[in-house]
Amino acid sequence: MFDYETIRFIWWVAIGVVAVAFSITEGFDFGVCALLRILGRTDDERRVIINAVGGTWEGNQVWLVLLGGAVFAIWPPVYATLFSGLYAAMMLVLFALFLRPTGFDYRSKLDNPVWRDAWDWALSIGGGLPPILLGVLVGNLLLGLPFHLEDDLRPVYEGSFWGLLSPFALLCGVIGLVLMILHGALFLQLRTESYMHARTRQVVRITGPLLLVLLVVASLWLLQMDRPEITQMAGTGAPSNPLHKTVIAKGISWMDHFMSYPWMLTAPSLAMTGFMAAWWMGQRGKAVSGFIASSVGIAGLLFTIGFGLFPFLLISSTQPGSSLTLWDASSSRFTLLLSFWITAIFLPIVLAYTQWVYRVLWGKITPESIRANDHQLY
Amino acid sequence: MISGDEVVQLSRLQFGLTALYHFLFVPLTLGMTFLLAIMESVYVMTGRIVYRDMTQFWGKLFGINFAMGVATGITMEFQFGTNWAYYSHYVGDIFGPLLASEGWMAFFLESTFVGLFFFGWDRLSKVQHLTVTWLLALGTSLSALWILIANGWMQHPVGAAFNYETLRMEMTSFPDIFFNPVAQVKFVHTVAAGYVTGSMFILGISSWYLLNGRDIGFARRSFSIASAFGLASILSVIVLGDESGYTDGETQKIKLAAIEAEWITHEPPAAFTLFGFPDQTTETTHAAIEIPHVLGLIATRSIDEPVHGIRELRQESEKRIRRGILAYEDLQKLRAGDTHESTRTRFETNKQDLGYGLLLKKYAPDVVSATEADIHQAARDTIPPVAPMFWTFRIMVASGFTMLFIFAMAFYYCATRVADRKRWLMRLAVWAIPLPWIAAETGWFVAEYGRQPWTISGVLPTHLSVSHIESSQIWFSLGGLLLFYTGLLVIEMYLMIKYIRLGPSSLHTGRYCHETAASGSALSSHA
Repeated sequence: MFDYETIRFIWWVAIGVVAVAFSITEGFDFGVCALLRILGRTDDERRVIINAVGGTWEGNQVWLVLLGGAVFAIWPPVYATLFSGLYAAMMLVLFALFLRPTGFDYRSKLDNPVWRDAWDWALSIGGGLPPILLGVLVGNLLLGLPFHLEDDLRPVYEGSFWGLLSPFALLCGVIGLVLMILHGALFLQLRTESYMHARTRQVVRITGPLLLVLLVVASLWLLQMDRPEITQMAGTGAPSNPLHKTVIAKGISWMDHFMSYPWMLTAPSLAMTGFMAAWWMGQRGKAVSGFIASSVGIAGLLFTIGFGLFPFLLISSTQPGSSLTLWDASSSRFTLLLSFWITAIFLPIVLAYTQWVYRVLWGKITPESIRANDHQLY
Repeated sequence: MISGDEVVQLSRLQFGLTALYHFLFVPLTLGMTFLLAIMESVYVMTGRIVYRDMTQFWGKLFGINFAMGVATGITMEFQFGTNWAYYSHYVGDIFGPLLASEGWMAFFLESTFVGLFFFGWDRLSKVQHLTVTWLLALGTSLSALWILIANGWMQHPVGAAFNYETLRMEMTSFPDIFFNPVAQVKFVHTVAAGYVTGSMFILGISSWYLLNGRDIGFARRSFSIASAFGLASILSVIVLGDESGYTDGETQKIKLAAIEAEWITHEPPAAFTLFGFPDQTTETTHAAIEIPHVLGLIATRSIDEPVHGIRELRQESEKRIRRGILAYEDLQKLRAGDTHESTRTRFETNKQDLGYGLLLKKYAPDVVSATEADIHQAARDTIPPVAPMFWTFRIMVASGFTMLFIFAMAFYYCATRVADRKRWLMRLAVWAIPLPWIAAETGWFVAEYGRQPWTISGVLPTHLSVSHIESSQIWFSLGGLLLFYTGLLVIEMYLMIKYIRLGPSSLHTGRYCHETAASGSALSSHA
C-alpha cells in the first residue's frame, strides 16, 4: 500500500478537504445565525431564518468535531500544541458553541418574547463569534505562534491570549466574519422568498465587495512578510520527531514561496474568482450559482493558506526548529493507513445520507409554513 | 513542583466535573432513542395514533435533553488538547483514530438524522420515518461503542507499543484494541445503563400522570413499554455487569481490590464485604460485615482463582517500578545515540514497565536517582484511596438493585394488568427517577478515580499528562464552565419540568388533558 511519505501527503490534502467541508457547511450556519437579529424583524421572520438551517445544522457541526478528531488522529502534536497554546481562545470558541444547540431547541419552546429575544441574541453570538475567533486563529497560523517543544516533545506555549490579537490577525478575524455572513446570506437566499430574499441580496451587495477588499489588503500585507524555510531534515518518510530538523526563521518571502511553485497560484485565483462570482450572482438573486461560487471561493481560500504554509502545519515564531510539518508531526504509518481506510469507507456513506436528508427537508421556508407547523418547528 | 501540582489537580477537577456533567444527558439520550424507536415501531405495526403521539411527546423531552448532550460533548473533545496536551501527543496515535471513528460512524449518523426525526414526520412515509428513528438510536449507541473502546484502552492498553524514536505510544493491532475485553464489557454495561435511564425516566413520569389520573391511555402504554424494556436492560446491566472486566490488567485488579477493600489475598473464593469502614493507613476494614465466598464467585467466576489483595498488588507495582527505572535508563541511552544491539534488546524487554518508571518523575525528575523511599512512595501511589471507591461502588449497586425491584414489580403488574391499581409502586417509580443518574455517576467515579494515578493504566501517569499551562488559565475556564453549565442546567430543568407538566397536550392534537372539552371523548376512544 502507500509508503509513509505518500500517506502523509494524502492526509495533508484530506485534512484540507475536511476543513473545507467544515467551512462550507458549518460556515453558512454561522452566517445565518449571525444575521438572525439583523434580517429578522418579527418573530415569524426570525423563525424563517432559524428553520432555514434548523433541521440540518447539527449534522454540519459534526464537521467541526471531525476536523478536531482528524487533527488529533493524524497530527497529534498539532492538536496538543494548538489547543493547549491557544487555551483561552479555544475556551471562548467552546463557550460560543454552547449557545447554538440549546438556542435552536429551546428558543421556540416558550411563547415569552423576552425569552425568545434572549435566545436570538445567544444564537447571533453563537454564530458570529466563532468565525471571528477562527479567523484570528488562521491569522496566527500564518504569522507563527510562540512555542517550542521540550526534549520529551512536550509543547510549551510562550505567548498569551492578548498576544494573538495582532493587527493582521484581527484583520483575519474580520475576514472570517464577513466571509461567513456572505456565505450564510447566500444559503438563506436559497431557502427564502419575497422580502427576506431581497434582504439577503442586500447583504450580498454589501459584504461581497467588502470581502474582496479585505482579502486584497490581507494578501498584500502577507506578501510583505517572510516565512521560515527548512534547511535540513530527517526525511519525508522518517519516524515523526519534529526536533530533527534545522529551520531558518525568515527563510523566504511569502511572495517567493508562491513564485517557486507557480501552480499554487490556482488556489488564490479560485478564491478571488469564486467570491467575485458569488457577489455578482448573489446580488441578482441567482442563489444556486451564488452559493456554489462562494463555496468554491472558500475552498480556494483554505487551500491558499495550506499551500502558503507548506510543508509547515504550525510555525514556531520563537524557535523555528520546533515548528511542526506534515513530514515530522504525523501519526505512525499504521494509524495513517487505518484512518485512511475508515475514511474511505465512511465518507461516501455520510455524504449519501446527508444529501438525502437535505433533499427531504428542502423547500422554501415562509412565514406561512412556519405558522402552519407552529408547534413542530424551531 | 507546587504550581505544577495545582495544574494537575485543577485539570483533573475540570475534566471530572465536565465529564460527569456531560453524562447527565448521555444515558438519557441512549435510552430514549431506543424507546422512541420501539414506540414508533408499535405505531407502524398497529397504526394506532396514540403510539405516534407517544413517540412525538417523549421525543420532545428527548430533544430538550439532546441539545445539552451535544453542547457539553464538544467540551470533552476540546479538553484533551487544551488540558491534556502531553497525553494527546503520547497516545494520539491510538486515541485520535478512535475519536475520529466515532465522528465518522456515530456523530454524523445521529446528528444528521436527529433533524429529520423532528421535522420529517410529514415529509416521509411511516416506514421511512421509522427507519430514521432506528438510525438515530443506532447512532447514539455506536457513539457509546467508540468512546468506550477509547476509554477501555485507557483502562487496559492493549494493541500498542512505545516507540523510542517518536517518544510516544503507537498502534500495533487494531483488532486487539477493538476487541479489548475491558472495552467490550464496558460498552454493554454502559449502553444498558443508558437504556435503564430512559426507561426509569419514562416509567416515573408515566406513573406521575397515572397518579394524577390524567392521560391514562397514553401513560399506561408508556408505562408498560418502559417496564418491559427497563427490566431487560437492568438485568443486562447487573448480569453482564462489568465486574468481569476487573480480571484483565493490573490497574483493573487494583481497582477491584480497592472497591472491595481487599487488603490481603485470601484463600479463594474470597468473602464479599457488604459493609464496613475501610482504613487505608492500617489497611483494615472496621466493623466489616462479610458474606463468605461471594466476592470470589462474582469477580473471578470460579471457586479456585484468587482475588488479589492490595498488599500483593502493591508489591507487584514495586517490582514493575524497578524494571521501569531500567527501561528509562536505556531509553535515555538510546536517545543519546547509543546504537548497541544489547541496549535495544534490554529496552525492548523492559519497556512495558516504562510507565512505572515515569511514576517516579514526581519524586526524582531524572528517575534513575530515585531512592528506596521514592520507590516505596510511588508504589503506594498505585493504590487509589480505598474508602471513596468502596462507598461509591456500593451506592451504585444499591441503586441498581432498587431499580431491578421496581422494574420487576412494574413488569409483573403490567403482565397481570393491575399496574395502575398499585399506587405505592407508581409513587416509588416517581421518587426513583434520580436513581439511574446516581448509579451512572458513581459508576464513572469508580471507573476513573480508580484508574489513578494513571491516565493510561501502567503507561502514562496523570501528573505527566497535563498541558504546560498556568493554573490561572484553568481557573478562567473552570469559572466560565461553571457559569454556563449552571445557567444551562437551570434552563434545561425548567423546560423539562414545564413540558412534563404539559404532557402530551404540548403536541396540540386536541386529544389530551388540559385541552378542549372534546378531549375527554377523544381520549377514551384511544385509551
